[in-house]
Parts: sequence; structure tokens; C-alpha cells
Amino acid sequence: MNLASSAAPGSVGIVQPQRAAFAEPLKLSSGAELPAFELMYETYGALDTARANAILVCHALNASHHVAGRYAGREDSEGWWDNMVGPGKPVDTDRFFVVGVNNIGSCFGSTGPASVNPATGKPWGSDFPIVTVEDWVDAQVRLADRLGIERFAAVMGGSLGGMQALCWAIRYPERIANALVIAAAPNLSAQNIAFNEVARAAILTDPDFHDGHYYAHGVKPVRGLRVARMIGHITYISDEQMGEKFGRALREGLNYSFAPEFEIESYLRYQGEKFSEYFDANTYLRITKALDYFDPAAAAGGDLTLALAPATCRFLVISFTTDWRFSPARSREIVKALVDNRRDVCYAEIVAPHGHDAFLLDTPQYHAVVRAYLERVPR
Amino acid sequence: MTRILRPDFSTIAGWIERGARVLDLGCGDGSLFAYLREARGVTGYGIEIDDAGVLASIGNGVNVIQGDLETGLAGFDDASFDSVILSQTLQAMRHTEDIVLEMLRVGSEAIVTFPNFGHWSHRSQVLLGRMPVSSSLPYQWYDTPNVHLCTVADFDAFCAVHGFDVLERVVLHDARRVRWLPNLFGSLAIYRFRRDPGRGAK
Repeated sequence: MNLASSAAPGSVGIVQPQRAAFAEPLKLSSGAELPAFELMYETYGALDTARANAILVCHALNASHHVAGRYAGREDSEGWWDNMVGPGKPVDTDRFFVVGVNNIGSCFGSTGPASVNPATGKPWGSDFPIVTVEDWVDAQVRLADRLGIERFAAVMGGSLGGMQALCWAIRYPERIANALVIAAAPNLSAQNIAFNEVARAAILTDPDFHDGHYYAHGVKPVRGLRVARMIGHITYISDEQMGEKFGRALREGLNYSFAPEFEIESYLRYQGEKFSEYFDANTYLRITKALDYFDPAAAAGGDLTLALAPATCRFLVISFTTDWRFSPARSREIVKALVDNRRDVCYAEIVAPHGHDAFLLDTPQYHAVVRAYLERVPR
Repeated sequence: MTRILRPDFSTIAGWIERGARVLDLGCGDGSLFAYLREARGVTGYGIEIDDAGVLASIGNGVNVIQGDLETGLAGFDDASFDSVILSQTLQAMRHTEDIVLEMLRVGSEAIVTFPNFGHWSHRSQVLLGRMPVSSSLPYQWYDTPNVHLCTVADFDAFCAVHGFDVLERVVLHDARRVRWLPNLFGSLAIYRFRRDPGRGAK
């Protein structure tokens, strides 16, 4: 089948996930070791003969390696950053070889809590180690080696994905030419950790959690997962946007009951419901922990400037005005540390009403900035 | 790439050491910074608040940081630049005095350029009872971004009051230097100054 002819304009078209297995153990930040692991990934565009045009896209909390395009026979399977990545799009697959990767600990095919623990022959469940952003990046380096990519033209991501790009720049400075750090932060604030803790508490106290070994019981802690997602969702949207979208609108009228009456209630329940159908609770616990733990300055005595000193690549840092989860002030901390180190950095503060979710949307200035920046990346 | 070279560019370039660390405040589309990079091999950053300017600066390969000068230069450490430039932006700022002091906090030297309100054509229009409109002040009173216009004599006095050491002063008209009665015949003033070392730190 001619894939190109089936592609909509600007879309990479029909894509296929791939799997890479790594037999060599992966040492983790916790001191534990993952004996062997697999990573799911997708690629779009072509790697040039110099192998110098690769861009790695790192995902955030609930996404995966499926960044762009669709799966055959599934109209609703568009990749999570399809508006950003594709032919003629800001991350132009006519020019760049784009790699989407699913992190370890996830529930979309890479080795995670639902995978079989080779030591027991049963799903890992709670025994799956806690993984960090550094561990993810170390695993991604293995994939880069496998694909023959010595140096990425860019590593990019939004939110937790931006933290991975930042981590790449610090940990593997010789393997990355540009880092695009979008809607991220140098670490989580106490408020951010608090939100994550409430989400985890919802999962951990669900009677169906069974200490994380729920796979064996044939159940899933869906109630906890729903509540976790509802909390998360509140923090991804700005107050203004939520007010505009839902206000105090009622579905029918007041029934003097606890059934969802306000539109916002039914929206959150719907989001929680949808999420709990496809996401794994053990993964949610681990990804929120990775967020909480990320703090490159900690190893440098709290000095972010010192922490970023090893990073030599060029940076594009982007924040969104109404993002209160990872506010512009947090991005400016990253910029300040880079300026202190005399690094090349561009910083754009995008006016957008959507809150944290803006990094997934296509505000014209946002996409124009990414496009203009990547156009300057030498061919 | 077509780039309009403003008349103050070459004067500024002449005052900047090769390879200097430069911070360009209100860098617009980044053309001054790009010019200095090509002419003098400078490194550093531009600051711009306007979306279109930020985008154009990125396109020009300039390290641009989006931000508002009115809130100061908190993102920059003391004495971290050789030169801090404020090119044709001073007159549009509200916190004029604050930004000049900030420039001399983060940089060894400041370079400021502004349209000279004292040019004869402006004076004559005021004398005739109208707010001046000219090639250097191309706005009507109701749509001008300029809120702090000054003359060459005003800026001399400003530097004297603050104890700044004026290292150079060039006044231009039609891209030519005006030496005779510059406050009357010049339309664009360019100053290079630093804190008076004799007066110590602020």
C-alpha cells in the first residue's frame, strides 16, 4: 500500500509502532536494576545519511510513543502531538527524523508494572521499581544507540516531557544539539507535589488496589484512577478557561442530590471515566513520583545554575501565560540559570487562555516560535 | 535577508569591543543584535516584549528572551555584560530612570539612543502650537507610544544628576553627525556612559 497517498495534508499518515528489546540491565536512580526491558517507539520521516536530523519527542504524564499519524483502520487514533509533528508542520517530518518513545514504567507497551516480572513469571505490580526522569533518559539513550543516532538535532517535550529534554541536556550534553523545554519547570512546587499526593491517595485507598497486585485479582482500581484524573484535569485548565467553558451551567437543574448537576461535574466525571479505561494505576503512581523527584538542582546544593553548567546545547524555553501548574515564573528560572551559564537560549511566553493544556494546542504564536526556532537548526 | 540598517547601528558597533557580551533591551526583530554579531562578533541576548519581535528575532538567530523591561532586569546578575543597549526605546518607557540604573547594574557600560525632541523642526511645531510630527517622531499625539521624550540637553542633565560618566555622545541627523548646535540640528542622540568610577557604587 502506498502510505503517502493515504496521508491527509500535513499528516504523517498511517504509522506503525515498533518494539526494541534491551537485554543489558538498566541501573536505576533508586539503586534497583531492571534486568531487561523493552521500549515501544514510532518514527516519522527519514534519517539522513549523516544521521544528524533526528528529533526525540518525550511524552508527559498520560501519553505515549504515538506522537503523530494514525493506526490503520482506526480513525480516532490520532497521535497526541499530531498538530505539531508532520510534513510541513512546526516539527517538519519532511526535514527531520522524529522519534516518539514510550517510557519504562508506562502502560503502553514499554516494560512497566503490568509486564511480566522474569523472576516470578507474574506481572510486576507493586514490585516494579520506582523510576525517575533520569532513568527514562538513560533508557532513551539505549534506543538512540540502537537507531544509530549519536547526537539528536533536538530533544523536545512539554510538561514532564520538557523535564526529560532538560535532563538530556544536563546528562548527555554531547548527544543533543538543541533542547526544546515547553511548559516545564526545574522542579515541582510543594503545591504540585500536593496535587500528586492527593491523586496517589485516591488510588492507594481504592479497595481494588490490592497493594498494587490487582492484576492477579482480575480487578482495577478504577475509582481511584478516576479521582486522580479528575484532580489532575482541574490543574491542567485555567480558572478563566473553566469558567468560560462551563461556568455554573447546570445539566438540568438542581435536584438536591449528589448526582452530577453542574456541567463541570459531569465533564470531570467523563474525563475520569475515559482515563480509567485505558490507563494503569501503577503507572500513574510511578509517573507522578517521577515528577515529584525531578530536581536537577538538588544534586548541586539547590543551585540550578550549577546544575545546568554541563548543558552545552542551544535551548528554546516556552511557557504559557495562564499555566498555573507550571507557571512562566518557573520557566524563567530555567532561562536565568542558562543565562548565568552564558548558554544560547530563546524564551517565549505565549499568551494563551488554556492553562497547562496549551502545550498540546496550536496557538499560532506557539507553533510559529517552534517552527522559526527549528528552521534555524543547521541542515 | 533584507535588513534595514538604522543610522545608529554603525555608531553603536564602533563603540563595542570585538567579542563583547551584549544585552540589547527592546531588541525588536533582532536586527541590531544580528548586525553586532556579524560586525563585532558579540554574544549575549536581546529582550523583547512584542510577539512579532520575538518571532522575528528567533528567525534572525538571535537569543531573544521575551519579557517586560518595565519590571526590570531581575533575570540578569550584576556586571554580567560589557554593554547594555537601549536603542530608541527609552522614550517609550514608563520607568525610565529605573531601567537606566538597571542597565548600569548588569552592564559595565550603557548605550542609549533616543529621538532628540530639541530638533528645530520639533521646536518650531511646538511654537506654532502643535505637537511635533517628524521622521524621528512619526506619531500623532493620540497614538504615540512615546511617553518620556527628552532633548540632548535634558539627557546631559540627567547624566550629570546621576553622576554618570559620559564616554561618548554622538548626535545625528539624516545619518550624518551634527557637531554644531547638536541639540538644535540633531534628530537622533546616541550616548555611551558608565557609572562614574570616582563616585563609587550607588
